[in-house]
This record gives sequence, C-alpha cells and structure tokens, in this order.
Amino acid sequence: MGRTLAEKVWEAHVVRQAEGEPDLLYIDLHLVHEVTSPQAFDGLRSAGRPVRRPDLTLATEDHNTPTIDIDKPIADPISRAQLEALRANCAEFGVPIYSLGNPEQGIVHVVGPQLGLTQPGMTVVCGDSHTSTHGAFGALAFGIGTSEVEHVLATQTLPLKPFKTMAITVEGELPVGVTAKDVTLAIIAKIGTGGGQGYVLEYRGSAIRGLSMEGRMTLCNMSIEAGARAGMVAPDETTFEYLKGRDHAPTGADWDAAVEWWSTLPSDADAVYDAEVFLDAATLSPFVTWGTNPGQGLPLSGNVPSPADAVDEVDRVAIEGALAYMDLTPGMPLRDIKVDTVFVGSCTNGRIEDLRAVADVLKGRKVAPSVRMLVVPGSVRVKKQAEAEGLNVIISEAGAEWREAGCSMCLAMNPDKLKPGERSASTSNRNFEGRQGPGGRTHLVSPAVAAATAVTGHLAAPADLASAS
Amino acid sequence: MEAFVTHTGTAAPLRRSNVDTDQIIPAEYLKRITRHGFEDGLFSSWRKDSDFVLNRSEYQGVSILVAGPDFGTGSSREHAVWALQDFGFKVVISSRYADIFRGNSGKGGLLTAVVDQSLVEQIWELIEADPATPVTVDLEAREVRVGDLVAPFEVDDYVRWRLMAGLDDIGITLQYADEISAFEATRPSYKPTTK
Ligand code: SF4
Repeated sequence: MGRTLAEKVWEAHVVRQAEGEPDLLYIDLHLVHEVTSPQAFDGLRSAGRPVRRPDLTLATEDHNTPTIDIDKPIADPISRAQLEALRANCAEFGVPIYSLGNPEQGIVHVVGPQLGLTQPGMTVVCGDSHTSTHGAFGALAFGIGTSEVEHVLATQTLPLKPFKTMAITVEGELPVGVTAKDVTLAIIAKIGTGGGQGYVLEYRGSAIRGLSMEGRMTLCNMSIEAGARAGMVAPDETTFEYLKGRDHAPTGADWDAAVEWWSTLPSDADAVYDAEVFLDAATLSPFVTWGTNPGQGLPLSGNVPSPADAVDEVDRVAIEGALAYMDLTPGMPLRDIKVDTVFVGSCTNGRIEDLRAVADVLKGRKVAPSVRMLVVPGSVRVKKQAEAEGLNVIISEAGAEWREAGCSMCLAMNPDKLKPGERSASTSNRNFEGRQGPGGRTHLVSPAVAAATAVTGHLAAPADLASAS
Repeated sequence: MEAFVTHTGTAAPLRRSNVDTDQIIPAEYLKRITRHGFEDGLFSSWRKDSDFVLNRSEYQGVSILVAGPDFGTGSSREHAVWALQDFGFKVVISSRYADIFRGNSGKGGLLTAVVDQSLVEQIWELIEADPATPVTVDLEAREVRVGDLVAPFEVDDYVRWRLMAGLDDIGITLQYADEISAFEATRPSYKPTTK
C-alpha cells in the first residue's frame, strides 16, 4: 500500500520503535521563543543537562515585544523578565538567538521559512501551536508543551504516538479576490474546530497547488484552529523555487540531493487516508468570522446566524453565547458590521504578499476616520522588504500605523490591545473572547478584506470599493 | 530525578474532595519564568487562613499529603505538581485523582498513591490523633504503613518502574543516547543547521 506524505516524513525520523511504546522521533529543527521556554531551560539547568543540538535550535523574540519605541526599555515587567530570561538562557546554552533589534528578529513562524530553515521532509517543533505553519513546505511541524520543549532541548527527540491522516482536497480555480485565508476559514467552518482532532491534515488539489508558498503557510498555520496538530502541503516546484538561494537552503550537490529526496515525498497515488474532505474552489468567496471561535465563519455576503438555525442544543448555546459576546443581532448582514480597529499582521498573514495585498487596496484611498488601523510586519525582513517596495508609504498615507515586527495584537501580550467593547477586523487566527484584549471582539478576515474594511469602516471586500471609487 | 523506593515522613490531612489545580496553584503564579520556587503559591488562598492544616505548627515539615477524593481536577497546568514538590511533598494519598494531574505527577516524580477511601479515613484519624506519627510509603511493597495500619495502594506499573529507577521522561530517552547518535550519523548533509 502506498504511503502518505506525513507517513513518509514520520518514517524517515524514527530513532527507535518498540511494541507498546511511542515511537521516538528525531527533530530536525527546534524553534524557541520567550514565553514557553524559560522553565524548560530551568529544568535542564537543575538536572545539569546541556542542549544536545544548539545548532538545530533557534530562538527569536516575538510574543511580548513592543512594536513601537523598540530601542527603549520594555515597560511591562513580566515581558521584560521573559525576554531577559531567553537571552540569558541562549547565552548559557549556546543557542543562536535573534533578539529585538536584530535584522532577523520576527515571529518565529515567519523567521524559520524566510531563512530557508524550514525545508520539505523535516520535523519541526516549537512551544507554540501555530508551528503547523511550517507544514506548507511538506515538513511535519507541530506545537509542543513546556516539558516537551525541555525534552527536545535535552535529546533532540520526542516520543510520539501515531496520528491519523486527513486529506483536504480543494479542486478548481479560486475566484478572483479569494485568498488562502478565505480557504482556511471555509475549511474550518466546514469541518468544525474539533474536526481535525487526532489528524495530520494534508491539503491537496489544484487550488492548493496554485497557491504561493506564503498562501500555503497561511493555510497550514490555521490547521490548529480545526483541531489538528499539523497541516501539510506536498513539496513541488513552487516549494523548491521559494527555497532556492535562501540563507540556509542547500547549495551545489547538496541541493540536487535534497531535491531528489524532496521529490519522493508527495503521497503515493494509492495512499489511503483515514478521512477525506472535498471543497470546490469555484464556490468559495471572501470569508469572515462572526462568532467567538474560528469555526463560526460565513461568506461575507451572508447574514449573522440565529440560534434558531442551530443544528443541535450545543450549537444553539454556542451561537447564543457568541452573539451576546459579539453584540450582534441575528439576520443582520455581515457587511453592516462596523469595526473600530483593523489589525494586519501575525504568523497567519504578516508576510510580504499580505502587505502587498493591503497596500493594493489602500493605494489612493483613506482609512475611515472612525477606524484605527495597525499594520505589523511579521519580521524585520518583511518590514524592510515592504519599505523597499514603498508599501509603508502607501499604508501610512492612507492613515494606518506602520509598526515594528512581532506578534502584537494577535494575542495582545504587548501593549497593542483592544479595549473592552472594541471590535476589530483582524488577519490573525483566533477570535476567542478576550484574545485581542479583555472584552475585545474579533472578526477574522483576509488582508484584502481587512484593508477594504478599514476604508469603509464596516466589513467589506475590495470588490465593494471598486464601484465607490 | 531521585529514585523512590520507600519514603518515611509525617503527613498532613486535607479533608477536602475535588481539590482542583486552581486551588493547588492559582493562575497568577503561572507567569513566572522559573521551574522551581512555586511553594508560596501552593494552596495560596487557603493558606491565608491561619487555621489551614498546612499553617498549623504540628504539621510543619510534612512530606505526605492525604487528601479527599478527586484530587487535581481542572486545568492541566504542570505547575500544580511543581508547587506540591517545591513545598516538600513526595507523596499524595487519595482515593481518586484527575487523569491529567496523575499523568503530570508521574512525569514529575511525585507519587500519587490510590488508597481506598475507608483506609484514607483511618489514616486521617491516626495523623490527626498524633501529627508526629511516622508514615511510611513503600513503593516496592505498594503499601502505606502508619502504626499498625497497613494500607495497600495502587500505582501504574510503568510509573512505579520509572519512580523506582529514578527516571524522568528525559532520563528514559537518554538511555537510548546511542541510538540517537547512530540516527544522527545517518542524517544527510543537506539538512540545515541554525549556525
Ligand atoms: S502571531 Fe499570534 S498565533 Fe502567531 S506565534 Fe505570535 S501570538 Fe502565536
């Protein structure tokens, strides 16, 4: 029987297999950030253990970092303590680190791929659930907890129980204006926030093949929002093209050897998945969330649902709770929802193509006076690239704030937060209650929808603007 | 991790059921950056009461906690185990535990002994009558001994083996260090490094 992409990558990393015990898998790349690592390093220290492979480990500062005045001391004592602990730990254990102010600093899931560190067929872990992002390269990448972080630091391996595989096939051509973010929101709405539990998702089909690497990263990033630990896309020419020439990509004979192996990774034609889901690309349109979990989403052309539409009692309670928290009335057109904040950024949509999409919409337009728009590049590199292309000028002239790199309002651990009752259209990945600040309300959207929403002051797609301008 | 075969110490009675991890250690302590030093957060709201068992002079220096059923329910925080250990506990005795707490305890090296509720009641009476009574927890024989009372306990075989060998998860994996090195030797040269 044929094997799937995920199974091939798994099998290539088994260090030890024994009846009745989890497989011991080798980890090719361990990414570290300031929030989930301090206790892991502390555990190593008290056990007198070194980091086994600092050369397969990379730290960056992102969750807590401010996006303005980055040359000044960090005001929040907990943020500062976590950043200082990371710096001290990396120095002590010899782990490379990109600190605030370094030209390679940025969100951990933006930094790995842009350096060419994430490659097909690798195992990648990080103490962060959105590690699934790296699956876009055909890597098996997933988030881990603090004691697992310690385990990987000490052994470069993880004992893991097998997973099931789910193929998500999107065939056809995406209509104009429909992006990877819309695809992922539509998938989550279809299978639910628990639909992927226990599975590694493999995104397949012509619509997926047609996505850029950045689009594939957006897609894999939100696999966790469907309950899956990992999401993957088989490597192809688009992948190789993206990697070639990047800082850590192989060169010369190594490149040829790597491409030869990478080309064997796509799932075999007769591979069998434990579950399969199909979507017709032609039926997709810009998608937004109306509720308080990423599965509560609808096409922008739809209306706020009513508890009466619920499929069962649990669903009814969920809809009621979400409507109350979001302060929405059933039946109201989604396009009528007014926002006061627009956030563009995060490991989901903080890359250069996302910023280009935003600038495209904002060019020659103004952010509505009632809206505060924050644009936060995913990394310093993305920021510099955008500035080289003049995107920052377009964005600033439209009246949006152009910030420094970091996680920012994706999780509001730094000073960028919603105030209670404020409502945002956000390109991030979680719309949980209070995620962007206590009492804040979040609508997840694509970068293009975020920009159009900023211009009109209510949820909108770029197509809505064309007629107006 | 220290190997655990038998342990003798004094014990504190915690006559409460459904002690959840928020009570064991509240969320405000989770922002810390250390792996140790959580003893001040242990049962912090109850410890504001001077009459709380762990505040009483006769129970100072205890290393065994004898609790009511359903100990360790609620959030999965690993800090609950750390806080108990940092305070000085080596063993918790209860008739029932929450699964995740039990799993975390096994990983962290805290023994969670499952003792019949009727025997838990008898242990409570003995340690309340004389708080200085030595209590022995014998992992080899799987029994708790207090004076003349012998209370058998249940413990997962795999966890028992690990505790007796003094191995944590990392310790177990490091037993296979040769296999890890052998695997590393076969990694292709095109795999990237972060240097
Ligand atoms: S951008 Fe948001 S989701 Fe991504 S790593 Fe940062 S906090 Fe997590």
